[in-house]
Amino acid sequence: MHTDSMLTSVVYLIVFPGLLFLTVYGLFLQWVDRKLCAVMQNRMGPPWYQPTADLIKLLAKETIIPDACDTLMFKTLPYFAIAAVTSALMLIPLWRTESLFMSFQGNMVVVVYLLTIPTVTFFLAGWSSTSPYSTVGSMRVLTQLFAYEVPLMLSLIGPAILAGSWNLSEISAFFSGQPALIAAQFIGFLVAIISLQGKLERMPFDIPHAKNEIVGGQFTEYSGRLLAYFNLAVDMELVVGAALLSAVFLGGAWGLHGVQGLILFLIKTLAVTFLLALLKVLMARIRIEQMVNFCWKILVPMAMAQILFDIFLKSKLG
Amino acid sequence: MSKITIPLGPQHPALKEPENFMLVLEGEQIENATINLGYNHRGMEKAAEERTFIQNMYLLERVCGICSHSHTTCYVTNVEEAAKAEVPERARAIRTLVGELERVHSHLLWIGVAGYEMGFETLFMYTWRDREQVLDCLELLSGNRVHYSINTIGGVRRDITPEQKNEVLKRINFLEERTKYYIKVATEEPTVRARTADVGKLPYDIAIERGAVGPTARASGVKRDVRKDDPYLIYDKLDFSLITHDTCDVFGRLVVRALELMESYKLIKQVLNYLPEGPITVKVPSRIAPAEALNRYEAPRGEDIHYLKTNGTDKPERLKVRAPTLANLQSVTYMLEGGWLADVPLVIAAIDPCMSCTDRAMVYDRKAGKTQVYDWEDLRKLGIEAYKRRGVDFTKL
Amino acid sequence: MTLKPARMFSEVITHLFKKPATSQYPFEKAKVTPRFRGRIDFDSGKCIGCQMCVRVCPSKAIEIPLSEEQFASPPAAEGQPPAPARKQFDCIMKLGSCVYCWQCAETCPKHALITTQDFELAQINPAKLVRRYK
Repeated sequence: MHTDSMLTSVVYLIVFPGLLFLTVYGLFLQWVDRKLCAVMQNRMGPPWYQPTADLIKLLAKETIIPDACDTLMFKTLPYFAIAAVTSALMLIPLWRTESLFMSFQGNMVVVVYLLTIPTVTFFLAGWSSTSPYSTVGSMRVLTQLFAYEVPLMLSLIGPAILAGSWNLSEISAFFSGQPALIAAQFIGFLVAIISLQGKLERMPFDIPHAKNEIVGGQFTEYSGRLLAYFNLAVDMELVVGAALLSAVFLGGAWGLHGVQGLILFLIKTLAVTFLLALLKVLMARIRIEQMVNFCWKILVPMAMAQILFDIFLKSKLG
Repeated sequence: MSKITIPLGPQHPALKEPENFMLVLEGEQIENATINLGYNHRGMEKAAEERTFIQNMYLLERVCGICSHSHTTCYVTNVEEAAKAEVPERARAIRTLVGELERVHSHLLWIGVAGYEMGFETLFMYTWRDREQVLDCLELLSGNRVHYSINTIGGVRRDITPEQKNEVLKRINFLEERTKYYIKVATEEPTVRARTADVGKLPYDIAIERGAVGPTARASGVKRDVRKDDPYLIYDKLDFSLITHDTCDVFGRLVVRALELMESYKLIKQVLNYLPEGPITVKVPSRIAPAEALNRYEAPRGEDIHYLKTNGTDKPERLKVRAPTLANLQSVTYMLEGGWLADVPLVIAAIDPCMSCTDRAMVYDRKAGKTQVYDWEDLRKLGIEAYKRRGVDFTKL
Repeated sequence: MTLKPARMFSEVITHLFKKPATSQYPFEKAKVTPRFRGRIDFDSGKCIGCQMCVRVCPSKAIEIPLSEEQFASPPAAEGQPPAPARKQFDCIMKLGSCVYCWQCAETCPKHALITTQDFELAQINPAKLVRRYK
């Protein structure tokens, strides 16, 4: 019994839905995102194997480590990013209502904090490479973190209040029990999608690595394998972010199990990816100070209004 | 927070041309900006002195890839003036037509570039897709998409048939619709407004003081357009308005260029309907008596000035080109200072810089105090040696 | 002026159901207009070796040397000095230097330079860029 559960845990961590699945699905979602953007911009877009080919190419390339940088930090940070994203996925219910590991009160908060770790590694990566572009980029990473983190957290609080639980499994179970309430979370979902876009540093919030201004931003000095891992971490973050939104706002697995639940999960993450791609093509990149203003003056009040509405709703429902 | 100096260029994803801007940053804001020119000096003016008038036409066309017709028209007008040749009206109309088509393609290109620099890739992709239409028009009329080579000394090389006229009109009507849509997008999309409004301010008096030209000046409210001030070709017979804007920022430059596109469509239709019958060339002798000529031309980027001195042979004695970007670069440092780092690429792009035009005007002076005249071959040799020192050998090619 | 967030929304959505504007160049043939300026061909029979094209070329891409094989002189008629044979010329076209302006073809008094619409002239071997037409 004991060895059996050990084996299951290892399979969960390494194969499914852990590293291997996350890598494959992350690369697939990256392709979906790129293809959707391309089609919406009337372009061809990459073939399906392009993200994999990019990854393999980068893995095979020489890794150049600048003399001036902090070598230990520079080398280890990408692994931290990947580890944090993978652990976050373990706490989110995917194809069934329960999380894979540790279904406990407050795992939603843990997921959000685990998702902050990659951003911090981006900052440290830029800071430890000491070139002017990456220094400016890493400062922007931190500034942006303070902008989107608060609305993201606030928007997740609304459903939690309504469900009366900090446990992701219970929240999704609550919403699959009362689908009508999903529509009431529209504003919160909007805020969450926009904040997620900021978290993933995609257009219009790709300010930290805006290529027209500061070349590669925090990743300017990265190359080869290390850059490949960072890119992979960003792709994985997309999967985890989509999974988080689908668990909190879209009712998770709707009580389904096994293959049906998995298909539902894929559909929901693809839908979230489509929304993110739509945001990407519709807007121009804004300035960092406009981003901070936008997040604090528009997104935060919107999220607060949603919370108040949810409290009101909760009191009505009893 | 200590100050950071960031180099922008000569190699940078936002600047496709080799030019260097040193930016001193205080946080995200720019305290000081310096421009370093001269990475792309090609010695064209010197090379022009070694070539015949006809050969120079193709050389000067390659001063700039985008405003190739502007440079040749200006040069060819100079040559014709020096030779005292009268160009037929039909040839002048065709030159005007190609010039306006070139303005359309250059302004559409600029709108795309501006979209790209502000991180709006969809606008970039759409405008560049539609720009293909006007490039097709140019290929239809002249045979080439970029270096049209439609001018020749004494006229134009290719006539316009009625079928071509209809085809061009069809495409221009399509572009007119699309441009109306882009004007709406540019003025109504909040993110575009956020990125362009109050960015790269150039007040009226500074624009005058620093000698800004073209759309950059017109967006600051300066009514300056060679087509109106000193009409050349057949512009005095055409009806169009001079577009200005009073916001003095990048948004104003965007609006000015977009509205100028609409004026250009109007002009193209007028020229196509006007098109007088007659010959398209007159004969001009290959040797031209000593004379001097200076001409101005409103290129898409602003006023382009050519000076030509002939000496009785079939080659020019001296040729001087002042490209519009050189006039506008003085304003760029003013526009950059005090602005945000994020706006730098956009502000630089807003003058629609063409560095290869500008750098051709550099003086090659290696040893100060010692006057040495280099001819084309010498410059070439120097270039090859300079690269050899860096380990690249071009002599084998 | 009024601001409308996501102004391009409808345009972007309609493009989801449209074909890409990209032309798949090497896989499908590129269209060129009849006026397109391509490679210049040479008709040795018409060339008189006046070297006008060589002088007018802005990029020094043409050379018109004498051919190695020349026509034999026609037999001299009775009582007259032998008439010289018509000289045969080759054309060396350096495609790497040519700027495809067609000025040579327009200058040629005998129309010995033939204009074509060929544009797929890229070469890996620089030696192949120098063509000798006979």
